[in-house]
Amino acid sequence: MNITFTKHTLANGLDVLLHEDRACPIVAVNLWYHVGSKNERPGHTGFAHLFEHLMFEGSQHYDGGYFQPLQGAGATLNGSTNADRTNYWEVVPSNALDLALWMESDRMGFLLPALTEAKFSNQRDVVLNERRQNYENRPYGLAAMAMLAALYPPQHPYHWTTIGEIADLEALRLEEVHAFFRRYYHPANASIALAGDIDAGSALALVDEYFGEIAAGPLVDPVRAEASLPGQIRISLEDRVELPRLYIAWLSPAMFADGDADLDLATDLLANGKTSRLYKRLVFDERIATDVSAAQNSREIGGFVQVTATAAPGHTLVELERVILDEIARLAADGPTELEIERGRMQAESQFVYRLQTVGGFGGKSDQLNAYNVFMGDPAYFDRDLARYYGVSASSLRHAVQRCLDPARRVTLSVVPRGRRDLAVPDSTPAAVS
Amino acid sequence: MSVDRSRLPRVGPARPFTFPSIEKSRLPTGLRVWSVRHAEVPVIAFMMLVRRGSACDPPGKHGLAAMTADMLDEGSGGRSAIEMHEALARIGAQFDTDIGADATLVSLTTLSRASDRGLQLLADIVARPSLEERDFARVRQLRLHRLSQLRDNPGAVAERTFARLLYGSHPYGHTPMGDERALASMTIDDVHSMHAQTIRPAVSTLIAVGDCTHEEIERLASSAFGGWDGAVEDETESGGIVASTDAARLNVVPRPGASQSELRIGHVAVPRHVEDYHALVAGNMVLGGQFVSRINLNLREEKGLTYGARTAFDFRRMPGPFSLQVSVQTTATGQAIQESIDEIAAIRGPRAITSEELALGVAALTRGYARNFETAEQIARGVMQLALYDLPDTYFADFVPTVERITAEEATAAMARHTDPARLTTLIVGDLDVIGDDLPSLSLGDAAVLSADSL
Repeated sequence: MNITFTKHTLANGLDVLLHEDRACPIVAVNLWYHVGSKNERPGHTGFAHLFEHLMFEGSQHYDGGYFQPLQGAGATLNGSTNADRTNYWEVVPSNALDLALWMESDRMGFLLPALTEAKFSNQRDVVLNERRQNYENRPYGLAAMAMLAALYPPQHPYHWTTIGEIADLEALRLEEVHAFFRRYYHPANASIALAGDIDAGSALALVDEYFGEIAAGPLVDPVRAEASLPGQIRISLEDRVELPRLYIAWLSPAMFADGDADLDLATDLLANGKTSRLYKRLVFDERIATDVSAAQNSREIGGFVQVTATAAPGHTLVELERVILDEIARLAADGPTELEIERGRMQAESQFVYRLQTVGGFGGKSDQLNAYNVFMGDPAYFDRDLARYYGVSASSLRHAVQRCLDPARRVTLSVVPRGRRDLAVPDSTPAAVS
Repeated sequence: MSVDRSRLPRVGPARPFTFPSIEKSRLPTGLRVWSVRHAEVPVIAFMMLVRRGSACDPPGKHGLAAMTADMLDEGSGGRSAIEMHEALARIGAQFDTDIGADATLVSLTTLSRASDRGLQLLADIVARPSLEERDFARVRQLRLHRLSQLRDNPGAVAERTFARLLYGSHPYGHTPMGDERALASMTIDDVHSMHAQTIRPAVSTLIAVGDCTHEEIERLASSAFGGWDGAVEDETESGGIVASTDAARLNVVPRPGASQSELRIGHVAVPRHVEDYHALVAGNMVLGGQFVSRINLNLREEKGLTYGARTAFDFRRMPGPFSLQVSVQTTATGQAIQESIDEIAAIRGPRAITSEELALGVAALTRGYARNFETAEQIARGVMQLALYDLPDTYFADFVPTVERITAEEATAAMARHTDPARLTTLIVGDLDVIGDDLPSLSLGDAAVLSADSL
């Protein structure tokens, strides 16, 4: 099982990944820039994401919204920003590949001449509304901000969320946008993948034709930052919610690092789905929670494991905290059963097969090739990635849990209904969110 | 070699695409078995479409169909709820239950090599659920908790309130979740009788898309669904549409301190089988059906009042709603409502759809049409639409030429026939204290103030 591909690097440093799949007459064009909110600085947060919005507003040779010509050619398109990278993609009928490459290359090479104060201030308003819609006006929407701010020290680039702080967004200046573009948006900091109805040879020539003339920019130094939790941090947040919710998080290994796959499977068997230990105990048997979930959130320079559970009416977050820590202690002491390991592997294998179904969009084959290329320098990492999950044993999983999910070094966040700080777990102090 | 950047490259003719062909048969129990051969990836997608949804909820028991659907995977044939999910996990299956007004959909995707096992589990879930009292008590409690949590979710409050405002006591007047009082009074006997009356082969279609022959699927289905039988009552096609003019035109559910107002603006419109279907789909692309629609460009790209705005006709078996959905910053609530109503009014004639606008909307619908048939699940979902609305097998092949024949005049006329600014109901879930002073200038009359629970 693999995604077959060829890789070339243009003279200006742009990585080109090509994957043929002629089943459907469509091509996915997927472009990654190795820049995200972790390249921002305190006081200037939200920059990378706001910039992504501006990439859809026109470039020197097509100074108009990018959606119109592409949708008119039958494309779907989107982009997204996270802490580590920004991606842009189109899925086009194969006859519109030229158009997609023309437009992607124009905004990579010639964005700034078309970038006006009016576009900038309009998209800042849109982003502030995106923040209101997805964070401020959504139940529990500010929990992620409070959690990241507690897990990482203020200078660490994972301390803030990608959407950014309101004051920072309002203080942003157009000149800073120009500098940001010159530093990060150039071929040597990008990787493009084409997957679908292409001929690899002529597609490479086409990419070279459109992108080859764009000058390489300065090399971007990797971001380095350290984080550690010396002990427990207990915080609380009031929100417009009916039921209190508990979040417990630990710092954990980075993406693809030793222990990452173990913790992926550990969080699955702890809290994902009806077969998981915590679901069975909290929701099914004791019925003290309405839901529970957990994930190893692996990122480029560090991860965090988070377990989340909502208290059922009449029950407290203290009860949830006790059961969650109890189940983690049991897993750390006894490890998983053989059945759990087998189930985890089966689910990993099937998830990998499901990921082969589509060429484009978020998580499609073109996006995966870029992820492996940008983070591991190797688009062929698919097989080795799957092998990491086959390699998880009962003892390696148990050791990862022992090492990372230390009850004495964690952040515990209680989100409680307004005016009900008394429902937070004991010793919590109010969290700062901005 | 240098690129010509003086103009965008021309888009050549599309490579022809052959739409999947569907093989069909019907078991003696009435179960329709449809399959599509799709062998790109070793995955098989099963979907069981049951043409009964929340519109079948009896009066006073709103939420029963969804509750019944939720109970399906809670165990079967001596296998407990947890054991059922253990079995699904052992084959790496993706399992989902979905319910709407017109239908219940149970889907299971698994690796090709587990297709026998997957279909057997799907049959146990759909045809032979245990439906036991102790599971019912737990599931109902979880749904009650969920309902109370949704009171804080402005989008969910808007959906629920808007359905009631538009449809009153009509079968479309409530969302599938139902309400607390109905759920609290429900019993496991209600679930048994709902399952017996609605989840039956005579109104169901099993769809299989994967690397399989029709004969094989038919054989597996006959055996897996053996013994599943029973008559079904006719659908309630009645219910009488409650005219939305009965409702106040301007309604507010107060949400003190909210940074945005969640808006719904619309009225009861057309059923799936309306003659103008394709013209409305195309016309709506121009009004609010895509990123470059008039309403999104106006509210987002020109004025920056929102993260996104859209309009949609919800085509159902009976006339479904036409509605605009948007979440706007609180201080711009009045302005956004006025702009939205003006756009809905304008497209009916004062600013008729231009041929350029229509061409763009049509191209967006037609040129990328093939991409809707890439994965097994996408194909199954497409085929499911044919089964749900009795559409012909030629539907996919006909779609593109049919839409391409529509003229701007026809699209404008269809929008004029099926939207009516005078009948629009507006709902705001937002901070009444801040927006209250802006509302009189909208000329929509006095606002009816509702509570999230008053329905």
